[in-house]
Amino acid sequence: MLQMRSSMSRFLAQTIGLLFWSAAAVWASEPKGSFPDGTNIFAPASTPAKSIFGLSLFVLAVTGAIFLVVFALLLYCVVKFRKRKNDDGREPPQVYGSNQVELAWTVIPVLIVVALFMATARVIADVQKAARPDNAIEVIAIGHQFWWEYRYPAFGVVTANELHVPVSDAHHPTPTFMKLLSADTDHSFWIPRLAGKTDLIPNHPNSMWIDPHETGIYLGQCAQYCGTQHAKMLLRVYVQSQDEFARWIQEQRQQATVGNAVSQGQRIFETTACINCHTVAGTVANGRFGPDLTHLMSRDTIAAGAAKNTPENLRQWILNPAAIKPGSLMPAMQLSDPELDALTTYLETLR
Amino acid sequence: MSTESIAWPTTTAASPSFVDHLHKWVTTVDHKRLGILYIVYALIFLVIGGVEATVMRIQLIRPHNNFVSPQVFNRMFTMHGTTMIFFVAMPILFGFANYLIPLMIGARDMAFPRLNAFGFWMTAFGGLLLYFSLIGANGLYGAGNAPDVGWFAYAPLTSQTFSVGHSTDFWTLALLVSGFGSISTAVNIVATVLCMRCPGMTLAKMPLFAWLNLVMAGLVILAVSPLTAAQIMLLLDRYLGAHFFDTQAGGSAVIWMHFFWIFGHPEVYVLVLPAFAFASEIIPVFSRKAIFGYPVMVGATVAIGFISMSVWAHHMFTVGMGANANTFFVLSTMAIAVPTGIKIFNWLATMWGGKIEFKTPMLFCIAFLFQFLIAGLTGVMMSAAPFDWQLGNSYFVVAHFHYVIVGGILFTLFAAFYYWFPKMSGKMYSEILGKLHFWLFLIGFHLTFDFMHVPGLLGMPRRIYTYEPGRGWDSWNLIVTIGVFFQAAGILVFLGNLLWSYYRGKDAGSDPWDAWTLEWSTNSPPPAYNFASIPVIKSRRPLWDLKHPDDPDWKYE
Repeated sequence: MLQMRSSMSRFLAQTIGLLFWSAAAVWASEPKGSFPDGTNIFAPASTPAKSIFGLSLFVLAVTGAIFLVVFALLLYCVVKFRKRKNDDGREPPQVYGSNQVELAWTVIPVLIVVALFMATARVIADVQKAARPDNAIEVIAIGHQFWWEYRYPAFGVVTANELHVPVSDAHHPTPTFMKLLSADTDHSFWIPRLAGKTDLIPNHPNSMWIDPHETGIYLGQCAQYCGTQHAKMLLRVYVQSQDEFARWIQEQRQQATVGNAVSQGQRIFETTACINCHTVAGTVANGRFGPDLTHLMSRDTIAAGAAKNTPENLRQWILNPAAIKPGSLMPAMQLSDPELDALTTYLETLR
Repeated sequence: MSTESIAWPTTTAASPSFVDHLHKWVTTVDHKRLGILYIVYALIFLVIGGVEATVMRIQLIRPHNNFVSPQVFNRMFTMHGTTMIFFVAMPILFGFANYLIPLMIGARDMAFPRLNAFGFWMTAFGGLLLYFSLIGANGLYGAGNAPDVGWFAYAPLTSQTFSVGHSTDFWTLALLVSGFGSISTAVNIVATVLCMRCPGMTLAKMPLFAWLNLVMAGLVILAVSPLTAAQIMLLLDRYLGAHFFDTQAGGSAVIWMHFFWIFGHPEVYVLVLPAFAFASEIIPVFSRKAIFGYPVMVGATVAIGFISMSVWAHHMFTVGMGANANTFFVLSTMAIAVPTGIKIFNWLATMWGGKIEFKTPMLFCIAFLFQFLIAGLTGVMMSAAPFDWQLGNSYFVVAHFHYVIVGGILFTLFAAFYYWFPKMSGKMYSEILGKLHFWLFLIGFHLTFDFMHVPGLLGMPRRIYTYEPGRGWDSWNLIVTIGVFFQAAGILVFLGNLLWSYYRGKDAGSDPWDAWTLEWSTNSPPPAYNFASIPVIKSRRPLWDLKHPDDPDWKYE
C-alpha cells in the first residue's frame, strides 16, 4: 500500500510538473500579434487600471500567503497522519475541539479581512469618487446590438466602434469621462489596460473615466452578454497626442464631401433602406439605428471590429453581413453586382 | 392445521412485472426511493449538461472555429448553466438529503412523505419542460428552439422584443415549476430535522449533516421564493403587458439583477452547504477521529446562512451601484470568508493526529479541501470590488465558480456516492475503478479549470462563441478543452463503476466503514421502515458509544 502510494504521488508530481512546463512553453511560443500587452489586466496604462493593479497585487500577496500556509497544513496532515502499514488497529486519541485554537483561527482571518477591506474601500473611493476636471473630454458611449456609438457633445462629433481620446500626461491631465447608455440590452465597456469594466444598461445611465498615459491602440470587447453577436462587439480605443486628437476632431466635424463620380452609388444609398439606419451628415441619410457613416473611411475596421475596413470586406459586408457576423442586425441588401460596386465606391469617398 | 392456510398465492412469488416495478417507483412516497429517484434523474441531466459543456469547449478549442453557430453556442451555455444548477446540483443534493436525513436522525420517513413526492415530481417536470423547448419553442415564429438568454437571463434580453418565440417561456416556466418543488422539499427538510429526531437526539447531538441541510433548506425557502416571484413577474411582462423589467416602458433592468442574485448567491451556499455536510461526515470516519469543534462548525454554518443573504450584489459591482453600496457588499462578502475558513481549519484539525485511510471517498474529500481553498481565495480576490471590475464576467469568474461547483461540490458528491453507495445498494463498489475515476477526473479538472483562469486575466470575457487570434488566449483554451476529455473519461468510469457494482459488487454489510452515525446501524439497503425499533442515543456518535462501551462519547460532550 505504501509502495503504491509513493508511486502514485510521484506520478502526480511528474504530471503536474510536466503540465506546468508544457504550459509555459506553449505560452512562450504563442504569437502575440501587434499588440504585445493586448488585453492583459496586469499591463495597466491609465490611472483607474493602475489603482486596480496596485490593489490586485496586495490581494494576490495576501491570498497567496494564506494558500501557502493552509496548503502546507493540508499536505502535512495527509503525509504525517496517513494510516501506516504497521498500524496496530487501535483508534487514535479522540479530540473534540479547543476553544483557544478556534479563537485563534477566527480572530486572525477577521484581522486579514479588515486589512483587505480598508485597502479595497480606498480604491473604490479613488476610482468612483474621482473629481472631474474642467478640461476633461466628455464622451457619450451608447451600446447597440452589436456595435458602439460614441458622441462628443462638446465637439458635435458622432462616430462608431473606434473611440479616439487624447493622451493624458501627469502635468497636464486630460482625462476622458464617459457617460454610458444603452439603446437595447445590457452591454459592458471593458478595455482591460485602461480601466475596469462598467455596464451599459438601458434606462440606467452609468459613468466611468480613463486617462491613458501612453499613445497607441487599446483593445477590449463587450463584457456583458447582449445577444447573438456578443462575441463580435469589439472595442478599439485610439489614444492620440493632443495635436493628433485635435486634428481628428477637426476632420470628423466636417460634412461628407461628395463628387459627381460617385453620384450613382450615392443615389443607390439614398433610395434604398440604407438611410433608414445610417447617417451621412449633409445628405438625406439620417438614420440612427446603425453606425454613422459620415467618415466611414477614417476607421480601420467595420462591423464593430469584426473585419478590416477594406473595399472587398465592405462589399462582402453589404452583400451578406451574416458571412462576417451571423446574427448581425444589418440585413443583406439584395443588390446586383454593378449596384454593389457603385455603392462601395460611394462609401469609399466618405473620408 | 388445514392445508389452505399455508397455501401461499404462488403467483405473487414470481418476480414482479416491469409495470408493477415502475408503478411502485412512480407512486412511491418512501424517502429512500424518492432520494434515489432524485439522484438518478440528476445523473441523467449531468450527462446532458456535460455534453453541452463539451460542445462549447470544442467550439472554443481555437480562435474563429466554426463547430457550431453563435445561436447554437448561446443556447448551449444557457442550457448548460440552467441544467447544471437547477436540474443536476439541486436535485442530486436533495436526493442525498432525502435519503440520509431520516436515517441519520433515527426516523422512519420524512415529515411529509406525500409533499416529498410532490417536490420530486415538480422538479422532474421542470426539467422536462426545459428540454421540451427543443420541440416546442419554435412556435409560429420559426424562432430559436432553446433558451439563449444566459442562465441568469438578464432583462431586457428576455422581453418579447429581444426574445421572440417561446424559448424564454420554457426557461421561465421550468424554473417556476421546479421552484415550487424545491421550496416544498425545503419545507419538508426543515420540518423533518426539527420534529422527527429520535429520543435523545437534541439539536446539539444531531450529525453535522442534519445541521448543514437544515440551514440549506432554510436558505432555499428564503432564496428560491424571490426567484419564483421574479419568474411570475417576467411572465406578466411577456404576456400581460406589465413593465417590471421592460426598459423601453420605464421598467428596470437592474431590479431583475437584484431579484436574480438575491436568489443566486444564497444558491451557491444552498449547493455548498450539503457539500460541507458530506465532508463533515466522511473526513472524520476516514481519519478515525470525531469532528473537531462541533459547536463551532454549527455556529459557522448558521453564520454562513445569515451572511449569505447579504452578499448578493457582489455579482453587480459593474452595474453602477455607486461607491457606498459597492463598499458595503465588499465588506459583507469578505466577512463570509471567515466562517468558511473556520470550517476548513476544523476539517484539517479533524485529520490532525488521526489515521487517514485513502479510500476513494477520502481521496475526493482531500481534493475538495485543496480545491475549495483555492476557490475561496479566488472568491476573496473578486470580493475586492475594483479587482472585480477587471475579473467580473471574464473567464476568471467562470474558472472560479467551476472551482466551487466542480472542485468543491461535485468532488464531495463523488465522495458521497462512494461512501453511501454500499448503504443504498447493499453492494461494495470497485475500489480500483473508484481510484481510476478519481485520478482521471482530478487531472481533467485541473487541466480545464486551472488554466481557465488565465485567459480571464488576459481579458477574455465569458459567453463569447469565438475569439480573435493574437490575444494570447489560444493555447490556454486548447489546454482547457483537452481537460474536458479526461473529465468525460472519469465520468464514464464512475457510471460504469456504479452499474458494475450494483450488479456484480460484493455484499457490503451494514457497516463497511466502521462508521458512527445511525444509518450504519440498519441493514444495507435499509428496509422500508428503516429501523426495527427507533434508536435512543446519548451522543453525536451513537455507534462509537456502542463499539466502545468503555470510552463512550457522551462522557466528553
